Amino acid sequence: MPANLRELRDRKASVSTIKKLTRAMELIAASRIVKAQQRAQAAGPYARELTRAVSAVATFSNVDHPLTTEKPNPKRAAVLLITSDRGQAGAYSANVIREGERLHQMLREDDKQIVSYLSGRKGLAYYTFRQREIAQSWTGDSDAPSFARAREIADALIEAFLTPTEEGGVDEIHIVFTRFVSMLTQRPDVIRLLPLEVIEGEEAPAADDVLPLYEFEPSAEEVLDGLLPKYVASRIHYCMLQAAASELANRQRAMKSATDNAQDLIESLTRDLNQARQAQITQEISEIVGGASALADANAGSE
Amino acid sequence: MADHLEVALVAAERTVWQGEAKIVIARTTDGDVGILPGHAPLLGLLQGGTVQVRTVDDEYFVAAAPDGFISVANDRVSILAENAEMGHDIDLEEARRELEQALAAGLADADADELRLAEARVRAAEQTS
Repeated sequence: MPANLRELRDRKASVSTIKKLTRAMELIAASRIVKAQQRAQAAGPYARELTRAVSAVATFSNVDHPLTTEKPNPKRAAVLLITSDRGQAGAYSANVIREGERLHQMLREDDKQIVSYLSGRKGLAYYTFRQREIAQSWTGDSDAPSFARAREIADALIEAFLTPTEEGGVDEIHIVFTRFVSMLTQRPDVIRLLPLEVIEGEEAPAADDVLPLYEFEPSAEEVLDGLLPKYVASRIHYCMLQAAASELANRQRAMKSATDNAQDLIESLTRDLNQARQAQITQEISEIVGGASALADANAGSE
Repeated sequence: MADHLEVALVAAERTVWQGEAKIVIARTTDGDVGILPGHAPLLGLLQGGTVQVRTVDDEYFVAAAPDGFISVANDRVSILAENAEMGHDIDLEEARRELEQALAAGLADADADELRLAEARVRAAEQTS
């Protein structure tokens, strides 16, 4: 019995430590979500103005830009998969990877070759373990993506898109990420980044919001040339911010249930512990009583 | 027609400045444009990286906005630049040092982006002080 008692006590202590840990992680994730949401909000004006400007140029000029032109016979598709750098976030990465697999399946059915771009260590681990080819990957700041990082990714993707297919370029680019719907719901989602479909997206201009007739400086083509890469970077940044907020929300939820589980475990261990201790005491008492009565019997016999 | 401009200076990750102004002067690829209330809708690419703004309270400031663009419509002026910054927030000495570093590095690998950013910051800081 004593060994069992000590074992139970040790287990309870270790579960308590784990509980403290998961509790701390839950609180950290909770405070970071607020920051991530603020960051997403702060990036809003830039994205909005860009979208407005790009749709203005697209509407009032008949400029064909390589980034908006559909290639006639798409053969190679790039997929950018946005996952997290760290685990402890429940099924977050697994879900978005599964969505990516579904997209792969769809693209393969269309006879398209897939080129993988990855953001986040979890996705990278999944792909390297399966020995898949990775075109490029970025890791290190999945829970607080900077614009510079989005720009870096955008530059790489645009370059791949502008390279002719025969020389290893791609014909279309998709992003798989997790959309932050609310604190409770985050949904894996796919959007097609390139070729651009400009009139779409989060803030569609209202019907009565007539776009003014713009003058372009220096020319519509050059303005579009300058704007579109920025627009692409801003879209990627948007996806990354959404993914970051989703990751943190998932982590908070996972850590909350881990804390609750630890609490349940502590309660049941405490009960076992008390029972074991009580059993030990009872046994000791009955041993003493048994011993005393045996002694009394022996004494009674000798007199 | 309103008698002032609604100006927003927006960087990728935050709004740097927002307010009302009398005039905005920006250098586009075709040269300086001064924008007064009632200006025709305009979309232009910025070059040189600084934007000058005179607010309705007659305050004057310069902002660094390298590689940005400007959009004007209905007396609303939006200046978008990934790394927009207010001139008086920039430490001139530090900006100069960065420019020198960028120049030194630029000679080696001709990384124009960083060079332009450093130049714009120095210019904005100089014009402010």
